[in-house]
Amino acid sequence: MPAGDSYLPILILLIAAIGFALAPLALAWLWAWKFSPKKPGQDKNATYECGLESKGDAWVQFKSEYYLYAIIFLIFDVETIFLLPFAVAFTDLSVAAFIQMMVFLFLLVAGLVWAWGKGVLTWK
Amino acid sequence: MDEGLKSELQKQGIVTTTLEELYNWGRKNSVWPLQFGLACCAIEMIATTMARYDLARFGAEVFRPSPRQADLMIVAGTVTKKMAPQVVRLYNQMAEPKYVIAMGACAISGGPFKQGYNVLKGIDRYIPVDVHIPGCPPRPEALIHAFMTLQRKIDEQQLTGANRPRHLDADVPGEYPVPKFGAHDLEPPKNPDVWQPPLAARG
Repeated sequence: MPAGDSYLPILILLIAAIGFALAPLALAWLWAWKFSPKKPGQDKNATYECGLESKGDAWVQFKSEYYLYAIIFLIFDVETIFLLPFAVAFTDLSVAAFIQMMVFLFLLVAGLVWAWGKGVLTWK
Repeated sequence: MDEGLKSELQKQGIVTTTLEELYNWGRKNSVWPLQFGLACCAIEMIATTMARYDLARFGAEVFRPSPRQADLMIVAGTVTKKMAPQVVRLYNQMAEPKYVIAMGACAISGGPFKQGYNVLKGIDRYIPVDVHIPGCPPRPEALIHAFMTLQRKIDEQQLTGANRPRHLDADVPGEYPVPKFGAHDLEPPKNPDVWQPPLAARG
């Protein structure tokens, strides 16, 4: 068999696959054209589909200041992750490790104090 | 084709059919209800779908949360006047062909709340109902019976001709007017194309 012919089965398979996908669609279209008329309407074409009429605009503005809360939450998040192993291993730790941890905690708390001082925690 | 010849052929292992029968057979065994319950009847509807009564035997276990994918609306429960426009709108949003089973005393007539001011006296005032089930609430067997009645109804539908069902007739509207909240009642209080007050004839 020549080398070029080896792709022929794939081509046939491809045509069969496309036909397999398109034939039901074509049949459904034919059926609708022959028997079952289209009945569009205002309610049927509505975007919202839970029985209520949609009102207002979908382009609603969200308060972007919320991202600050998310960032401040990270302070506590990171603290928890590191504080738990720190507390578990506390009795075995050296003084140097303890001081390192305190410095780390201080940096995090300093960030919170800074944000607090700037009035971020007050919801306006 | 002659029914006798057909059954004779079937005995020999030759199945003959028509496009109409094939169409109805497919449709009646794949009716997808709308997941939609209004009151206590909905609990019986849920029970019907569960293992003991098993509506799946009739090909109707796929309750769709969207009216776009549903064929059958089971109006299960009290339709308040506040809810009626939403029910009609959901019906309008369903794809053709669509069927309605009015389940329970409330959905067919207002039931125990018939004398009340805020309950619709039957959903058939606004949308065409195919099967009514009495009962308060109807047992799951009653819903299954209604479902089988609907299947029988679908099975008898004709593809062409004057008696063909709503969804095959281009002149019949696919949407029904949605009632509005009026000062005292829904406006209009009924859809005269669908429902007329029963006449009590003397004589």
